[in-house]
Amino acid sequence: MKLELRGISKAFGSFYANKNIDLMVDDAQIHCLLGENGAGKSTLMNVLYGLYQPTEGEILLDGKPVEFSGPGDAMAAGIGMVHQHFMLVPVFTVAENIALGAETTKAGGVLDLQDTRKKIREISDRYSFDVDPDAIVEDLPVGVQQRVEIIKALVREAKILILDEPTAVLTPQETDELLEIMRQLKANGTSIVFISHKLREVRAVSDVITVIRRGEVIDSVSPESSTTELANLMVGRAVELNLNKAPATPGDAVLQVKDLTVVDPAGTTTLNSVTFDIHEGEILAVAGVQGNGQTELTEAILGTQPVTAGSVKLAGEELVGKSVKQVLRSGLGFVPEDRSVHGLVTEFSIEENLVLDLYDRAPFGKGISMNLDAIKKNATAQIKDFDVRTDNPLNPASSLSGGNQQKVVMARELSRDLKLFIASQPTRGVDVGSIEFLHRRIVAERDKGTPVMIVSTELDEVMELADRIAVLYKGRINGIVPGNTSREVLGLMMAGVSAEEAAEQAEFTKSDNEPVEAAPAGERSENQEGEGQ
Amino acid sequence: MTASTLQPAINVLPSKKTPIILSAIAVIVFFCFGLLGNSDSAHFQLNSAGDAFKLPELVFPGKASNIVIGLLLIGLAVYSWLQRKKSKLVATWMIAIAAVLFVLSFLIWVVSGADITTISLASLLAGAVVLAVPLVFGSLSGVLCERAGVVNIAIEGQLLGGAFTAALVSSLTKNAFAGLIAAGIAGALVSLILALFSIKYVVNQIIVGVVLNVLVSGITGFLFTTVMQEDPELYNKPVHLPVIDIPGLSAIPVIGPILFKQSVIGYLMYLAVFIVWFGLFKTKWGLRVRAVGEHPKAADTLGIKVNRTRFWNVTLGGIVAGIGGSFFTLVAIDSFTKEISGGRGFIALAAVIFGRWNPIGAFLAALLFGFADNLQVILTIIGTPVPSQFMAMMPYLVTIFAVAGLVGRSRGPAAAGEPYVKE
Repeated sequence: MKLELRGISKAFGSFYANKNIDLMVDDAQIHCLLGENGAGKSTLMNVLYGLYQPTEGEILLDGKPVEFSGPGDAMAAGIGMVHQHFMLVPVFTVAENIALGAETTKAGGVLDLQDTRKKIREISDRYSFDVDPDAIVEDLPVGVQQRVEIIKALVREAKILILDEPTAVLTPQETDELLEIMRQLKANGTSIVFISHKLREVRAVSDVITVIRRGEVIDSVSPESSTTELANLMVGRAVELNLNKAPATPGDAVLQVKDLTVVDPAGTTTLNSVTFDIHEGEILAVAGVQGNGQTELTEAILGTQPVTAGSVKLAGEELVGKSVKQVLRSGLGFVPEDRSVHGLVTEFSIEENLVLDLYDRAPFGKGISMNLDAIKKNATAQIKDFDVRTDNPLNPASSLSGGNQQKVVMARELSRDLKLFIASQPTRGVDVGSIEFLHRRIVAERDKGTPVMIVSTELDEVMELADRIAVLYKGRINGIVPGNTSREVLGLMMAGVSAEEAAEQAEFTKSDNEPVEAAPAGERSENQEGEGQ
Repeated sequence: MTASTLQPAINVLPSKKTPIILSAIAVIVFFCFGLLGNSDSAHFQLNSAGDAFKLPELVFPGKASNIVIGLLLIGLAVYSWLQRKKSKLVATWMIAIAAVLFVLSFLIWVVSGADITTISLASLLAGAVVLAVPLVFGSLSGVLCERAGVVNIAIEGQLLGGAFTAALVSSLTKNAFAGLIAAGIAGALVSLILALFSIKYVVNQIIVGVVLNVLVSGITGFLFTTVMQEDPELYNKPVHLPVIDIPGLSAIPVIGPILFKQSVIGYLMYLAVFIVWFGLFKTKWGLRVRAVGEHPKAADTLGIKVNRTRFWNVTLGGIVAGIGGSFFTLVAIDSFTKEISGGRGFIALAAVIFGRWNPIGAFLAALLFGFADNLQVILTIIGTPVPSQFMAMMPYLVTIFAVAGLVGRSRGPAAAGEPYVKE
């Protein structure tokens, strides 16, 4: 089916998330929408899927104008969507999720799931999905849940499939499998709109790439374009992405984590006997698919997560059992994974946010009073130093873009003398320009001799920053490997394969088969350049 | 640096909660009920009037039986500690056995120490079911609303509204069934306000529910003093629903009176439990309702009207609770009095949680609370060593322990209490 968007605009109040967008998706084509976070890709797709009503413009299917008052209409017209955050009911079985909204029933509205199960098996066999119709969705790995979403669209006979940032939650291996599935779908005549900001994937699978920036179509280009070219189009200016950091010169092991274990209130062991060291002047990156214990690890060190067993020693001093304030005072700089919830009080001014954990200490506080001049002076200096884009330090933090918010958090945490710096997802949802800046700051902190721990689910970020990489899998450390370990090995380790086996398997794949995806030579260095996020 | 292998796992033992509770129960039974118990015997009759055949009376010597039960419970407690050491959980059926043994031992202890050492087990159970009827309807209302994502704190108000309207209409029309229908409408009206404010105007559902309870209590109290008490003969003398006795079956000892000698509302209760359970878990309607309560956005993306589903479910819940409320004035009590529902709507709410948002679970939980309620009444009559004020606390204590014991293990519909607003 052919899809055409003509002059679509979508405004929220006076803010235009999409402005006059034209888009043409051909039959059996993989059309990529490339753009940074917040560029308006998801809004556009929600308009197409009937979740939002366009402010202006029209949608045409096979040349005929259509109007969708809700997702039901879009589905009936043959459009299916796999949302970034899956639209699956976690406690339902696969079959129940797929039947929902299009149930087959016997007399009296009694559910008949046999029919649905049969359809699931058919599709599952055709694309070798290996999905059990009776499994409970929340027990399934994310990659399989995504397949359930795809089946959901296919069962409803979708001719156009929208995939919204489908690879954000996948391991590299799962990503390769998904790309293969996309090629098969295309071969069977399905058109795909693929939304992404990851240049490697986009170039590997797309037929056409349309770049969107600040809600407007910038250009449509072919996948042969170089990553630098695409990155420049996406950001809107020439970006220098290569970090070129000097090799680490590790000193003593300042942070010593031993047998750290966290059991959540439901009795699940979320962090299982984790042991590692971080040396002075090195960056240890913790890699892993989201939800494998990263949050628990950082929060256990900070002291917001009750520790069941184990110890955390910072320069010989035990941190477990101390209050968060004591931990911070002993020299921990902490950037939490969700800046707007845990990193900032978004209603407070930028000025206030810059002293959130320093307000009671000289020069900012004395006794019960605060030194407002010192706070103002500090804000002016930090805003300049970290290039925070704002016209007034008294503006609320919520007025800043994601990248600038993160700069505020980072500026605050790095403004103290640190013995350890932990940053969780330091560049999630941050524009490419800011990423570059934040990465340089992290490396600069390392070069000052501070041990740094980076937790990231973005493999590119991990590979870019790390001197050593610890892979977390199901709450355990599945090996600590050098920073130059290949993407394939790390991907396998993130899926639970041990470091040695992963190295062997990756070697085997390289010599025996072409990798699933046609990766250009010099893949690794190119990744570093191209994919900031 | 070389690659290290997967670090070894350490064993984390399961929580000590279950073994500690089992040990405490065992100690109480063995020492308090056993060694310090009365040596008189406790007599339990199984027959009630009109039974087809006679069953023997059960006789337990107080001290001796409780020492035996105490030893059994100590055995169970020791076993649970050993299981914990092996990192295994104690099976649920073993906890159930411990609970049953504890209740039995408690009964033997109080009855053997009472002024009258005989109670009728048959009427204890039959009475428990009767007292549970409004609780069951109330909790079904809660299940219907919460499964669709709306927290219904207003069950109390719906029961009370149903009770009042049933009394008024039944008195005026001299027709009990008119009262029953009117009660359903009254419950639905309370629900409509809840639905309107919580779904359309996105007001906090807990607050709306609490306000509704106060509102209904105020209105019924006002109308009771100004209208009903002016002319009780005309306005507050409801015609009762008949008790339908199924010949033959109702003469079976113990279960006969429970299942086959009920008022219309009693039979409706069994039917309603089944229908709600079947509807929620076996039909297309139920699948959609549960989806709306778990993940409204997912339901929306599949073309299901989230707020419409919620609206109708809340209304349906109101009808069910209203009918439950009519039980007070059309079956149990001669006329309406202020606050006749006496907080049972809140116990019903506890039954929803204890029953894990499942109609059958809620039904069993309501039966448990009904049992505690009736036990309290009977034990006060036979004159136990325990002061009656403590006995009166029993249903509420059972509620607290039942619900607290489940904290962390019981998981309700994920979106319950969260209004769904389209962006």
